[in-house]
Amino acid sequence: MTRHILTALALSLAASLGLAAVPAAAQLQGEPFIHDPSTVTFSDGRWYTFGTRQGGLVSDDGWTWRSGPVRPGGGVAPDVIKIGERYYMAYAVGGGGMSGGHASQVKIMWTLSLDPKSPRFGYHDVGVVASSDGVETADAIDPAFLLADGRLWLTYGTYFGPIRVIELDPKTGLRVAGNQPVDVAIDMEATAMMYRDGWYYLLGTHGTCCDGPNSTYHIRVGRARSPLGPYLDHMGTPLLKGGGKLVVSARGRDIGPGHFGLIELPGGVEKFSMHYEADMDRSGRSVLGIAPLLWRDGWPVAGENVAPGTYEIASERSGYALGLATDFVRIPFDARRSFMAKPGDPVAPLPDQTLAQDSAGWPQGRVRVDLADYMVRPHQLWTIAPVADAGGSFGAPYYKLTIAGTTRALAATAAGEVEAVPAFTGAAEQLWRVDQLTDGTYRIMPKAVPGGRTGLALVAAGASTPTLAAFDPISPAGRWTFRTP
Amino acid sequence: MTGMVRMMRLARGGAAWLALAGATPGMAGQQAAPAPTPATGIAPYFQPAGATPGAPDADGFLRRWLLLEPIVKPNRTNTVFTASYVREALGKEYFPGQFTATPRDGQIVNAAEPLRWHALDSNSFDIKLFNLAQGLGKPTYGVIFQAYTVVDSPREMRDVRMAVGSNAASIWWLNGKEAVGLFNDRRMVMDDVLSDRLTLRKGRNVIRGAVINGPGLSDFCVRFLDAEGKPITAVSTVLR
Repeated sequence: MTRHILTALALSLAASLGLAAVPAAAQLQGEPFIHDPSTVTFSDGRWYTFGTRQGGLVSDDGWTWRSGPVRPGGGVAPDVIKIGERYYMAYAVGGGGMSGGHASQVKIMWTLSLDPKSPRFGYHDVGVVASSDGVETADAIDPAFLLADGRLWLTYGTYFGPIRVIELDPKTGLRVAGNQPVDVAIDMEATAMMYRDGWYYLLGTHGTCCDGPNSTYHIRVGRARSPLGPYLDHMGTPLLKGGGKLVVSARGRDIGPGHFGLIELPGGVEKFSMHYEADMDRSGRSVLGIAPLLWRDGWPVAGENVAPGTYEIASERSGYALGLATDFVRIPFDARRSFMAKPGDPVAPLPDQTLAQDSAGWPQGRVRVDLADYMVRPHQLWTIAPVADAGGSFGAPYYKLTIAGTTRALAATAAGEVEAVPAFTGAAEQLWRVDQLTDGTYRIMPKAVPGGRTGLALVAAGASTPTLAAFDPISPAGRWTFRTP
Repeated sequence: MTGMVRMMRLARGGAAWLALAGATPGMAGQQAAPAPTPATGIAPYFQPAGATPGAPDADGFLRRWLLLEPIVKPNRTNTVFTASYVREALGKEYFPGQFTATPRDGQIVNAAEPLRWHALDSNSFDIKLFNLAQGLGKPTYGVIFQAYTVVDSPREMRDVRMAVGSNAASIWWLNGKEAVGLFNDRRMVMDDVLSDRLTLRKGRNVIRGAVINGPGLSDFCVRFLDAEGKPITAVSTVLR
């Protein structure tokens, strides 16, 4: 199969699937309209995020979002953190240039549930923990929590003055007695903090917001050994002098990412929430976005959901390629002439092995899959495509994986193994969750395994043997790379 | 919420959901400048320029400047600052001798209204123009600031670059020639835009700068970098 044929196959497949009508893989489903989303937080079996004004979004799976959450207090740009039984919420009232000023208060309240239908739902005011008086060059809005080593930190601020850090009491949410705010950055707003491997990371949004497809919002980061700074970027530029390493900017149809929020998922998977100032497929409205978070040389950077296309799927364990366990079909080749030829003898291209040549002996029914030397053969080329209206999981749709140019689809078996079935039916065991991991490789998990077992991932049990097993985040066995053929 | 406030939010983001409600294509227009606020003083940010030549700080940032009280140039948003707009706005002569005369401390120029030059040493690496205007009780939004200083170099320095950050847009001239332009809605980031390689003469090198801002904070920072990108500190600044 030539590369041109592969391309044509991919294009025709995309057309047949109506992919042009399917939102890009980075976009979420439902009605994910929000601005200034809080850190996505799990409560009562669902995921919640809250935005400016009183609304928020809720999701059962992290893929399809709808309105519903409520919070009192109004104001702007809340953040949520769960400590013990309590969900603490910080939000700002006033400031931000609204009503013509920058006088604002950051307030804290808590509830035992984010679900308004829960008997444990009910907010309790803690009080004001930070403020700006409207005269000083500061604006106390956009609060964000970080709990690290048992200490609770809160950042806040906008372009109108510095970003500041204060310390709160994690038992009460109140400001630690005698604590004074520390300036840690300028040119930022909508900040957030992370802690990893002894480093405190301060992420914030640069650029212009609220101008739809013209918004230049993007997210940058600096790091420090102390939560109080000094925060430097990868060039050594202090964030107090405008520095910041790029984390994510506009991509595809999503313009103006801002308001970072870390999402830590089981298995060491890290993602982050944000809002896009403009979803170009949704009238340029502001929407929730979720993307993988990668770590490169100690710095966070946005990853990407796997793009639809045709790939080799390579095991990080062995480097071998996932393919149908079929007989190897040789490409005709005159080895003797090759070795005996003179340097000046004419040469000509050898054609790629065609699908017809490779598949002539394939069984008609189910075929097991294995891992083998990658040889650019049709039985090793997988077309990955999001499945419309099949749902998804945490920022990514469910995908189907088929042998390019065929209907043979990767599927989980009741025995916890993997095989290729003759045709994709949309069954849960043929839908795959593909999450990018922090090193840029991917974890591949079936939506369901016949028999009800859950939490299994595609794992190289041996160098050449794939199976379904629990994902071990520190092992290469469950990590996969999608490589162009 | 007034249109002015919506424009402020458009230009300066934050938890700016409410700005969305007022965002229309016509927002880039002009309106009357806000009334000056009461003078609060500039002491936390500036002090009178010293009598002896000033030195750049340890990072090479020039801290001694003559700064003119702001020229009113109403803009409700910073999104209009294309290069074309900024060149026209900052290339316009607002008072006689704007591009040629040597200003001095306390001098009053005749723009649309009398404006005074102030010889100041900044207490920070960046020159906080918003706080200057606020401290003097002058308009803070929708303004143009003029800046002037002289870099006295002990020797000729080739292949150096002028490195500027400004909020919002600005243009900088070295010895009468445009060296750096920063356009669009910018934040003040050190070393944001660098000049082409240029030569600092032995002796006087005149820097003129103009910063335009709509709503929000306004400031700038300037330093020179040598051919290896290291800050140049072996110069002095004088205001004459």
